[in-house]
Amino acid sequence: MNSQTLKLIGRRFFAAAMSLIFVIVTVFAITNVLPGDATDAVLGQGATPQAVAVMRHDLGLDRSVFFRFWFWLWGVLHGDFGHSLLNGLSVADAIGPRLHNSLLLAGASAAVSVPVSLFLGITSAIWKDTVYDRVVSIMTLGMVSVPEFVIATMAVYVFAVRLHLLPALADVGSVHSLRQFLSVFFMPVASLALVTLAQMVRMTRAAMADTLSAPYIEMALLKGVGPIRLILVHAIPNAIGPIVNAVALSLSSLLGGVVVIEVVFTYPGISGLMVDAVSSRDVPTVQACALVFCVTYLFLTTFADVVTILSLPRGRKA
Amino acid sequence: MAATIQVENLEIVGRRGKGAELPIVRDVSFSVQRGEMLALIGESGSGKTTVALSLLGHIRKGCRIAGGMIRVAGYDVTALSPHECRSIRGRVISYVAQNAGSAFNPALSIMRQVVEPALVHRTLPRRDLEARAVSLFRALALPDPETIGERYPGELSGGQLQRLMAAMALMTDPEVVIFDEPTTALDVTTQIEVLSAFKAVFAERGITGVYVTHDLSVVAQIADHAVVLKDGAIREAGTVSKILFQPEDPYSQALLAAAEPRSRQADLAGQPEQRSLLDVRNLVVGYGQRTAAGLPEKVIVNHVSFSVPKGRMLGVIGESGCGKSTLARAISGLQPWAAGELLLNGEPLAGNVRERTPDQRRHLQLVAQNADSVLNPSKPIGQTLERVVRFYGGLRGAAATRRVNELLDMVRLSPSLASRLPSELSGGQKQRINFARALAADPQIVLCDEITAALDTVVAAAILDLMKELQRDLGLSFIFITHDLHALQSICDRVAVLYAGQAVEVGPAMALGKGVHHPYTRLLHDSVPLMEPGWLESTRIKRADEAMPATLLNSLSHDPELCCFLERCPDRVSGLCDRVPPPVRSVPEGPRVLCHLPASICSEFST
Amino acid sequence: MIAMIGKFRSRHDRVLLLIVFWLLLALLGPLCSSHDPGAIGSQPVFSAPSAAHLLGTDYLGRDTLGRLLNGIRHTVLLCFASTLVSCSVGTFLGIAAVTARPWVEALTGRLADGFLSIPSLLFALLVIAVFGTSTTALIVTMGVIYTPGAYRTSRALAQRIARLDFVTVARARGESTPYIILQEILPNMTGPMITDVGLRFIYAVLLLSNLSFLGIGVQPPEVDLGSMVRENMLGMAYGSPAMIVPVVVIGVLTVGINLALDSSSGRR
Repeated sequence: MNSQTLKLIGRRFFAAAMSLIFVIVTVFAITNVLPGDATDAVLGQGATPQAVAVMRHDLGLDRSVFFRFWFWLWGVLHGDFGHSLLNGLSVADAIGPRLHNSLLLAGASAAVSVPVSLFLGITSAIWKDTVYDRVVSIMTLGMVSVPEFVIATMAVYVFAVRLHLLPALADVGSVHSLRQFLSVFFMPVASLALVTLAQMVRMTRAAMADTLSAPYIEMALLKGVGPIRLILVHAIPNAIGPIVNAVALSLSSLLGGVVVIEVVFTYPGISGLMVDAVSSRDVPTVQACALVFCVTYLFLTTFADVVTILSLPRGRKA
Repeated sequence: MAATIQVENLEIVGRRGKGAELPIVRDVSFSVQRGEMLALIGESGSGKTTVALSLLGHIRKGCRIAGGMIRVAGYDVTALSPHECRSIRGRVISYVAQNAGSAFNPALSIMRQVVEPALVHRTLPRRDLEARAVSLFRALALPDPETIGERYPGELSGGQLQRLMAAMALMTDPEVVIFDEPTTALDVTTQIEVLSAFKAVFAERGITGVYVTHDLSVVAQIADHAVVLKDGAIREAGTVSKILFQPEDPYSQALLAAAEPRSRQADLAGQPEQRSLLDVRNLVVGYGQRTAAGLPEKVIVNHVSFSVPKGRMLGVIGESGCGKSTLARAISGLQPWAAGELLLNGEPLAGNVRERTPDQRRHLQLVAQNADSVLNPSKPIGQTLERVVRFYGGLRGAAATRRVNELLDMVRLSPSLASRLPSELSGGQKQRINFARALAADPQIVLCDEITAALDTVVAAAILDLMKELQRDLGLSFIFITHDLHALQSICDRVAVLYAGQAVEVGPAMALGKGVHHPYTRLLHDSVPLMEPGWLESTRIKRADEAMPATLLNSLSHDPELCCFLERCPDRVSGLCDRVPPPVRSVPEGPRVLCHLPASICSEFST
Repeated sequence: MIAMIGKFRSRHDRVLLLIVFWLLLALLGPLCSSHDPGAIGSQPVFSAPSAAHLLGTDYLGRDTLGRLLNGIRHTVLLCFASTLVSCSVGTFLGIAAVTARPWVEALTGRLADGFLSIPSLLFALLVIAVFGTSTTALIVTMGVIYTPGAYRTSRALAQRIARLDFVTVARARGESTPYIILQEILPNMTGPMITDVGLRFIYAVLLLSNLSFLGIGVQPPEVDLGSMVRENMLGMAYGSPAMIVPVVVIGVLTVGINLALDSSSGRR
């Protein structure tokens, strides 16, 4: 690692910090631009002015927007996301266990989809234009073309409704054995993995195919380098950056997918909470969930970029 | 004795997209005896690279061998299985690619790649291979042969990479080496270093090979026999001296005529000196923040001065990165300058084209570099020209159409082209339209930026003829920016030599090659290969000795005031050149030179 | 680059053709159905296809075909409107970034980076939580979400074209910025931008369907393809066309455009 690399990584972290600030400000701004505020949503049209005034004071809505921002940010930095407008419970408490469940689901899906899609993407780039490649291409094209809920409902239809193999709903509380664990998690994880997989395979294939069309690959062939060495020594080291990037970008579809999958299977994760909060306009809960998602995503993309920077060959860092 | 390489009736076909198969190589036969070098001569699209790659059993995607036989060092290449093909590649026959910059894997160190062909064929243990690589680096005159292998491709220059690629090809002592335009992407002063290194190694090791090129003067230096290819078929074959000096086929003759340095100069001797049309005075162009001295942080064009007399042609020559294109952009008003001034007909021109008067913009026209991107692809030719006619002359309707036809005629194109889209034209036609567009403004001076660089020799020669005609018939002045000394000498009246942003020499073009010049001008002139066999061996280029330590030079080279050619100058004087900025000296009857050396000893041409 | 502009023309035509087809279906389709899409008939729910109801009935006994045609209208028109918003705003900003002063590019670039660091579904949820699910809110939300992507595409395109020699020559001739944008840059961007419109249209369809499926997109009594699947989920057990057909229609819509987009870009 040299100073140039450190400089690039430093710049990337700076950019990530800027994005973080942008995200925080945006999340707060969107939820605070409306003249009509939370009191309408909670108390309804028929509320007395006194009740509204009391609630506005309780929520700090009678103060300036900057004061409210600092107040909110201060809380967020201390793990306090405020209280739900629906039931008055602490948002942080509601999120805690559900975040754990969501991370479990997302992590398990990524653990399945990343290796599988790396394999499919890299191999179909190597065997470009073969029947294998066409089959992979068509299948992944089909999968990226349908919304996430379709894959999930199809899974429910086949495994729960038709075959009666698995429960349609994910009752996480009832897991006591490996068999139960599998029967509960199989469908959500498989659906989520499938949703992410398609995008990831396509992007990995593109990144690898791009590397394989480089002149130095042809040169290596002309030196008499065999196919395995060609891939492992010549192609992979150059493709690693773009591939990691492709994977990180595809993980954004994992974050989108997790929302849909949790709702379809009524999985007790953070996004079910968020969707309910959106329906009932429970702004503090929405804010908190959105922040959690955005920070996770930011972390993934930053991590991918750092890997890309580290994999840049010497003398090519601009 | 059987020939080392034997190709008989080779046919290669290929398809683009889903179209029908088209022949790429047609009935090609040739042979190369042991120890001989065969040149495959051809222009772009002649199929020369396809033939060269087929010798290694490599056919690019979408193509296939449709017939014929290829025999290399006893192997029937067309009949080999993929596995057998691999076993001869890099061991029996090796390849030197055109662009070493992209043919080296950026992620691997040079040494790993250089020893790789020998390693995959298990000819020797790695330690011995590395020792052998170092000796090859030395033989190819590479700097720091012991340690250069530890570096990465991104850290080395094009000329070094090209020689390293040759070292890689020679690692296994192959029977045959294929060189695919190995010096085309290099500057001339680098090209000659690489060629000399190649030639020395060829002589020492007796290499059999095929050398693909479009440059006939390189052929004269390197090859014994030559084959001229056009559209995938052989037009003529024979010894190099026969092809170069008694070509029989009309196409070879045309190639030769285009490559032959010839003067298109009209005799200006008796004519009076014309008044100056365009004056460039101490122009400084750069990027970044201003420094305390008021100059930009990164200076690209450094105090350049020259003038273009009315009806004359000034050539600006220099290597890649010397600032020629930036200079062109500044003159065109597309890149503001930091200091200096520009006068057209004695009146100062603004740095931004928007602030120039309509007449100033009309009088100074730009003909840009790349024939492929110079015309708006979504507009027919006629519309492109009409726009300029209307923009400057206010002509509309029938008058505009008449003017467009007149312009097409001026550049020797048929008026029927007016309805065509640029994609339907050839490179040469596009470049003519490019000229017509400039002429549509009825200019006084035309600025041509590397307009022949991307064209094949024959087409480029025709464009040069056209320029000379326009100069004569319309009394136009030109600034001709180029890296090609032959082209410059054949049409220009005056020349400005640019090095690292400085005009190190400005003078009459006729005087190049004789009399007193800047050391860089001489190096440039001496580096252009002549079409004489043996020229490479006989040429004696003086190189900078290593007397002045690089460390000392490095610390000084940041001073923009000092001579920009210091590091490479063979005639530099320690204590003077690295301490004091060079003065401008005028040679009587000759150029104005930016150098310390007194005219009497300053790099006089010996010829 | 130049070759690309000519070579891919047929691909843009195919994408354009498909979008026009779906727009026509959206505008004219509901007129073809004799049933009032909102009418709750005396029909049994989730009935099988019959002569009266070609695709059977839905969970309230309404004619599925009529609902479907209405659903297509909402999905296609909403998504097309939001795509128009994102692509026109994106193209405008992209060209401005290339042709205006440097700070414009710095500012728009930063903003786009910021927006792209928020996953699209999340952003939609956030905005809908505040602004609700009115048609305008949905169009604007999806328009905003896909603007940064369209901006990046058009900026990259405009940048490449602006560097080409014919633009340099036009600038050296002293042509005005509007002329250069309208006559030199834009005509060469239309082809690739149509491709981009196709892509963003697919994204919008997927996003809207997901939102409606989650119950926070198009609200009853209006219907789009996603909400149609949602309301007829119970029909899954009977294999009812009311639930399956909208899924198939979404697939045909997006796979079709994707295939048209993919046909000449993927392989060469």
